[in-house]
Amino acid sequence: MKLRKATAAAAAALVLSLTATACGGDDKDDSGSGSGGGDKIKVGIKFDQPGLGLKQPDGSFSGFDVDVATYVAKQLGYDADKIEFVETKSADRENALARGDVKFIAATYSINDERKQKVDFAGPYLLAHQDLLVKTDSDISKGTDLNGKNLCSVTGSTSAQNVHDTIAPKANLKEYSGYSECIAALQSGTVDAVTTDDSILAGFAAQSQYKGKFKLAGLKLSNENYGIGVKKGDTATVDKINKALEKMVSDGSWDKAVKDNFGPANYQNEPAPKIGVIVK
Amino acid sequence: MFDFISDYDNPTLLGAFWMTVKLTFFSGIGSLVWGTLLAAMRVSPVPLMRGFGTAYVNIVRNIPLTVIILFCSLGLADIFHVTMGASDFKVQGFRLAILGFTAYTAAFVCEAVRSGINTVPMGQAEAARAIGLNFTQTLRLIVLPQAFRAVIGPLANVLIALTKNTTVAAAIGVAEAAYLMKQMIENEAATLLIGAIFAFGFVVLTLPTGLILGWLSKRLAVKR
Repeated sequence: MKLRKATAAAAAALVLSLTATACGGDDKDDSGSGSGGGDKIKVGIKFDQPGLGLKQPDGSFSGFDVDVATYVAKQLGYDADKIEFVETKSADRENALARGDVKFIAATYSINDERKQKVDFAGPYLLAHQDLLVKTDSDISKGTDLNGKNLCSVTGSTSAQNVHDTIAPKANLKEYSGYSECIAALQSGTVDAVTTDDSILAGFAAQSQYKGKFKLAGLKLSNENYGIGVKKGDTATVDKINKALEKMVSDGSWDKAVKDNFGPANYQNEPAPKIGVIVK
Repeated sequence: MFDFISDYDNPTLLGAFWMTVKLTFFSGIGSLVWGTLLAAMRVSPVPLMRGFGTAYVNIVRNIPLTVIILFCSLGLADIFHVTMGASDFKVQGFRLAILGFTAYTAAFVCEAVRSGINTVPMGQAEAARAIGLNFTQTLRLIVLPQAFRAVIGPLANVLIALTKNTTVAAAIGVAEAAYLMKQMIENEAATLLIGAIFAFGFVVLTLPTGLILGWLSKRLAVKR
C-alpha cells in the first residue's frame, strides 16, 4: 500500500514537472520575442574564458564580453542588476538564440557565412587574430617556425583546423578539450606553443598565476570578427545594439574595457572595428 | 543537405568511425585479457591477490572515464613523460586512450566474468581438485570455459558501452567520431543534422554487435 502511494505520488510529480517545463518553454519564447517588455534581460556569455567571460567563485562575472554585454544592455534600458547571464557554449549558441533563451549573445562569437544563415549579427565589436602563446623566453616568431614544433589547441576549434590546413602542416599538434589543459601542457613544457584567438590567450596570460610566464607571439594568423548574435530576423534589436556599440566606442568605455581586461598580457589590440565592416 | 560531409578530410567521416572501431577493438581485447586476469585474482586463494583485485575494481570503476583519459594524457604523458613509444601526438593520444579504456573497461569485464564463475556449480571445481588439478588448471580447463559461455550477454553490454565510451578520447585529441562531430558543429552550425548523423553511425556500429552476441549467448549457454 505504501509502495503504491509512493508510486502514485511519483507519477503525479512527473506529470506536473512535464507540464511545468512545457509552460516554461512557452513563457521563454514569449518574453524572448517581445522587445524590452520584461523587467529582466537574458544575455548569453561564456563562463570559462578568463578575460572575456568568466564566472567568479563568488558568482559575479568578469571579462571583456561581459563589459560589452553590460554596456549594451544598459543602452537597451536594462541596468546591471536586471541582467541575467546565461552560459552559451560554442556548440549551443545558435539554438539558444533560435529558442529565445537569450536576447543576445556576446561570447567570442566570430561572424562567418554559415552562422549568418542561422542568426543575425550586430557589430563587430572586436577584431581578434589567431595567435600563439609561448613561454617568455621562446624564440618562435613566425608561422613557419612551428613546423616540427609541438603545438596545442582545442579539439575541433577553427584554430586547430587552420594550423593543419594552412599555417604549419608539419607541426605536431596536440589537442585538448579546453584551453586550460593546453596552458597546463605549455607550463609543463610538453608543447612549445598554444594557439587560438589572441584575445582568449591574452585573458589566460593575464591571470595572476601565469603573470610574467607567457607572452603573445603577435603573429596575426587570421581575422576573427567578434559579433553580437541576435535571433534571426530581429533587425530592430540589431540596430539598437549597433547604436549602443558606436556609443561605447565614442565615449571611451570600449578602450577602458580593453585595457582593464587584457592589459597585463601586453595585448596589442586593434582599434575598435567599424560597425558592419568585416575584415576578411 | 549532406554535401558538407565531403568538405572534411582530416579525418573523413568514414575515417573517424574507423578510428572508433580501432579504439574499440584494441581496448576490447586489452580489457578482456586484463579483466579475466583480475577476475582470476578475485577468486584466487591468495588473500593479497584477492585484495588487489577487489581494490582495483572498486577504485577504477568509480572514477569517471573522462578523468582517467585526461589523466593518461595530462598526467602520464605531459608530466611523467610516459609517451608509449611515440613522439607524434596523434599516435601517442591513440595509445594512451587505449591504455585508459583498457584500465577502465577491465573493471567491468572482471565483474561480468566473476558473475559467470559464480554460475559454475561448486561440484565442478571440487571434482577438478579431486582428480588432482591445481588452482590455475581448474580455472583454465574447467571453470572459465563454462563461465565465459554464461556471460556472453553481459560482455556484449560491456562492449557496447565501450564503443560509446570511446567518444571520450576526443578530449585528448584522438580523431574519432566525436572529434569530427565537434569540428563539424563548430563550422556548420547545424547541430541537429550533425547529431543525427553521428547517432546513426553509432547505432550502425552497436546494433549488429548486440544482435550477433545475443544470438551467440543463446546458442552457447550451458544448459543446466
